[in-house]
Amino acid sequence: MSLLEVKNLQVSFATPEGEVHAVNGIDFAVSTGETLAIVGESGSGKSQLVMAIMGLLAQNGRASGQALFKGEDLLQKTPRELNKVRGSQIAMIFQDPMTSLNPYLTVEQQMTEVVMYHQKLGRHEAFEHAVEMLRAVRIPDAEERIHEYPHEYSGGMRQRVMIAMSLLCEPDLLIADEPTTALDVTVQAQITYLIGELRKKTRMAMILITHDLAVVAGISDRILVMYAGQMVESGTVEDIFYRAHHPYTRGLLASVPRLDRDASDDLQAIPGNPPNLLALPGGCCFRDRCTQAQEICSQPPPMWRDERGHRSRCVLEMPDGRVENDSAGEAGSAAEESAP
Amino acid sequence: MKQTGLGHHFASRLLSLVPTLLMLITIAFFLIRVAPGGPFDTEKPLPQEIRANLDAKYHLDEPLLQQYFRYMGQIVTLDFGPSYQYKDWTVNELIASGFPASLAIGGTAMLLAFVMGTLIGVIAAIRQNTAVDYSIMGMAMMGISIPNFVVAPLLILVLAVYAGWLPAGGWEWSFRHMLLPVITLALPVIAYIARLTRGSMIEVLHSNYIRTARAKGLPERIVLGRHAMKPALLPVISYMGPATAGLITGSVVIERIYSIPGLGSYFVQGALNRDYTLVMGVVIFYGVIIILMNFIVDMLYAWLNPKIRFDEG
Ligand SMILES: Nc1ncnc2c1ncn2[C@@H]1O[C@H](COP(=O)(O)OP(=O)(O)OP(=O)(O)O)[C@@H](O)[C@H]1O
Ligand code: SF4
Ligand SMILES: [Mg+2]
Repeated sequence: MSLLEVKNLQVSFATPEGEVHAVNGIDFAVSTGETLAIVGESGSGKSQLVMAIMGLLAQNGRASGQALFKGEDLLQKTPRELNKVRGSQIAMIFQDPMTSLNPYLTVEQQMTEVVMYHQKLGRHEAFEHAVEMLRAVRIPDAEERIHEYPHEYSGGMRQRVMIAMSLLCEPDLLIADEPTTALDVTVQAQITYLIGELRKKTRMAMILITHDLAVVAGISDRILVMYAGQMVESGTVEDIFYRAHHPYTRGLLASVPRLDRDASDDLQAIPGNPPNLLALPGGCCFRDRCTQAQEICSQPPPMWRDERGHRSRCVLEMPDGRVENDSAGEAGSAAEESAP
Repeated sequence: MKQTGLGHHFASRLLSLVPTLLMLITIAFFLIRVAPGGPFDTEKPLPQEIRANLDAKYHLDEPLLQQYFRYMGQIVTLDFGPSYQYKDWTVNELIASGFPASLAIGGTAMLLAFVMGTLIGVIAAIRQNTAVDYSIMGMAMMGISIPNFVVAPLLILVLAVYAGWLPAGGWEWSFRHMLLPVITLALPVIAYIARLTRGSMIEVLHSNYIRTARAKGLPERIVLGRHAMKPALLPVISYMGPATAGLITGSVVIERIYSIPGLGSYFVQGALNRDYTLVMGVVIFYGVIIILMNFIVDMLYAWLNPKIRFDEG
């Protein structure tokens, strides 16, 4: 059984302009010890996907579908029930370390409360455990610095604190939402390395969100590529890096700087903008930007799947692939039955 | 090392109060002299000699600037001099006799406003955009816009005259006598604090660190009480300074309406009679309270805010 199994997850937001369809039918599964990377441009719904799983959507947000964690649907749980899972069994690291820690509480206060609440540790034990965790993420003088406030830490150090805090209860699943995006390039590499290293020591599963494919190669097992709230392609790291099928994935790969190419003239971001989430077009949502778009792309494209589980949603035929009879992925009102 | 930040802040702020106070005294001194009339103007003019004697006794015959310096020299010894109107009373004695009632009403109103205002504001914030929120904010709007001197007669009419539950005025050291003046005084402050708290609480609840607290699986009571309350209350804390000034101004009116022999009544009486020393005494006394309150609030704010607490060291 998978640790987390997400089925046809949809997230929409009620706004004065109408309904924003941020996530439109995502399926994936994560097993114990496995790392899944979710990749996509800004606004593709990566964060809202995991926020929905964590029960952290904004007030105007609605989630539907299923998110089965150890067999129980997280989307059906009340906040009180979720609190038995969040922070202890599933932990999360956020995109912006500068604002994600409470500026009015010391690092000690923010760390110890987690274990005091979930594991009923006493103050002293909680403190010892927190210091130990800070050492594990290599914060120098941890037993001194733990008394400080977040603003006394640099951005990279704060993200280390966030990581240490998330690992306090030895969660089964860690969700890291762009943990390095807001940091300096050199610090980014350190944090990525640290996460990979800590991961190796445990059997913790991880969902790593990023918009940068270059980050994920070394530390993930599988990759899910999102576009406009849909999964456009997913597979193993090899599937994505060497056998990318979807034009969007190939576009993303072309925009990854590589050492074996001259960075200056090969870096090509995909031209154009993602579709308006208020009114998603029927058919392939990438077709306005796709160089291979055809007439038929205005119909919802089929989902291909090969025997190893490499999947892609595009009219272009996938070598060794068969059309999957999937129920998900229909944006807005587009009906599934119309798929070829 | 760290505490020097706050200590330094404390000392420099304390020092900066002196010129503020000096300015207040100076402006008050000359303003009241500019107002037409004097302390010994009566309907039938006094005989020349008596008038001259009185003026000489109180040094009112000296040039204004000389009077000013004489007065400043006198008040550094904390002596506000004799009242011109209440014979046999010094201003110090009048303040000492009026202040307890004023403090009881003002202090209770302040406490009530803080507790009720923050409570109501927090409830409105966590019930944002529901019927509860809308009705609370509607009432707050009314509380702010209807002036004291309208609320007071209404309350008296309903609770004292018709229902007969409470005295319509007068002063005794009793809960029944304090209730109406305290409520009248506190209402607009409760309303204002409720709105302030609601706004800042909503903002805090949308912040990333509250999302982190929720992601940590903490129960709502810890998320609110431990993570959100302090930052949400900071704007309320800084409002307590101006609120003191507002309560004092309000109490001047309230004490008249409910006939409470407090400082406010003396102030009004003194102003009408051009009782220079009494008015000056009360103004300085109130001024010191307001300045001190702002100072305390400032310190409290700095102490509650770790960024200020350490950065200015
Ligand atoms: N509360 C909300 N109300 C309306 N729309 C929202 C709300 N929250 C998010 N959205 C929209 O949902 C879409 C997906 O947002 P999401 O945060 O998941 O993007 P993302 O893939 O994480 O991007 P980034 O890389 O910039 O973090 C965006 O278009 C965003 O504007
Ligand atoms: S379905 Fe058509 S438009 Fe969409 S990615 Fe494939 S080829 Fe391009
Ligand atoms: Mg995001």
